[in-house]
Amino acid sequence: MRRVTIVPTGTANTASVVAALTRLGAEVGMATPRDVDSSAGVVLPGVGSFGAAMGRIDSLGLATALGERIEAGRPTLAVCVGMQVLGRGSEESPGSAGLNLLEATVGRFPHGVTVPQMGWNRVEPGPDSRFVEAGWAYFANSYRIERAPEGWVGSRTDHGGEFLSALEKGDVLACQFHPELSGQWGARLLDRWLRCVEMAA
Amino acid sequence: MTLASRVIPCLDIRDGRVVKGVRFQGLRDAGDPVERAALYEHQGADEIVLLDVSATPEGRGHALETVRAVRSVLSIPLSVGGGVRSADDAGRLLEAGADKVGINTAAVSRPALIGELAERFGTQCTVLAVDAAAGTTGWEVVVESGRKRTGLDVVEWCRKAVAVGAGEILLTSWDRDGTRSGYDLGLISAVSAMVTVPVIASGGADRAGHLVEAIEAGASAALIASILHDRDTTVGILKRALAEAGIVIRP
Repeated sequence: MRRVTIVPTGTANTASVVAALTRLGAEVGMATPRDVDSSAGVVLPGVGSFGAAMGRIDSLGLATALGERIEAGRPTLAVCVGMQVLGRGSEESPGSAGLNLLEATVGRFPHGVTVPQMGWNRVEPGPDSRFVEAGWAYFANSYRIERAPEGWVGSRTDHGGEFLSALEKGDVLACQFHPELSGQWGARLLDRWLRCVEMAA
Repeated sequence: MTLASRVIPCLDIRDGRVVKGVRFQGLRDAGDPVERAALYEHQGADEIVLLDVSATPEGRGHALETVRAVRSVLSIPLSVGGGVRSADDAGRLLEAGADKVGINTAAVSRPALIGELAERFGTQCTVLAVDAAAGTTGWEVVVESGRKRTGLDVVEWCRKAVAVGAGEILLTSWDRDGTRSGYDLGLISAVSAMVTVPVIASGGADRAGHLVEAIEAGASAALIASILHDRDTTVGILKRALAEAGIVIRP
């Protein structure tokens, strides 16, 4: 079974994540704190600001349960701002603390490049990537993590300098790009992650 | 910079069908939106734009159904515009499966709407659509399918919109729309030079050379409609021509 629970971090973009997972045979539901602990697979989507996403996670009471499953390396997919909130904090929302699961802070792209980075960019997987393969992914972001925290395998992309386009650890996959919008390449990536969900079910 | 230049098919939608006219008039049927969107993704489209050109509330209801149906088959970004008057309208489109929402006339009437969308959904969701008519010294923003002039200078309007939260500009030359006479390159370079967000060139594409010119003038993406709907070319053929001209594309 490919049963997946989505953390409702806001309106934007959830429909695309649901559609992409459904096409790959997943049964998709919306998360309560109990589901985050019990589900074989959890997706943390995120569009909007770092502070708004953290506000939603806190008001739903999901921070602890998310932290526990990610620390344990259970199948969890974090997308875009969903990846960023795993860090300590972001230049975007200086007053908001992140989930603090990554030794990393999130910074804005430098001057001189198009911001938001909106479009397709090349992803180079790390030497030990299990999920990510080389290819083109769709990005829509103004902020990013630059340095890979210890214990995580990073994939890299260049936009005014290198940044981390994905991080992997155990069955946790965090993507700065949108796999649900990255065509067949993204669908294959989601399918590889869903196989881990199946194994964990 | 390795960000690929995008080729974006645009589907004008009326009452659940794809239509296309010249300068927004004389609309003719151009097929089923779900079939068209899937075909263009298969050909290598980097994104799909849906513009709801319905004139009635019934038509607007159809548009939400069309967005849901297209989303269910599409694995690339979907940007939707047409008739968006409020942040709630935008929210309904996003819930139905849009990834970005374009605002045009309503933003001209009430510029605060741009900031409201950016605040609620993020700048990357907030697209300013501008219809530009060439004048003697520059370009003027026109609304209501080009019937109404606004007195706003296009370049200045784009600069202000980006300052309050627009994350992308869909820049349509009203004079060139559907004419297949090439993009308005002066317009593209004037706006691109003024803003840091991506500019999508729209209006007038007939052949690959036109797309190359638009990108060289500063556009991040080129919108195409008539040449695809009339089956004169494919996205794949256009992208190969861009690559041959030295432009970075997603192969």
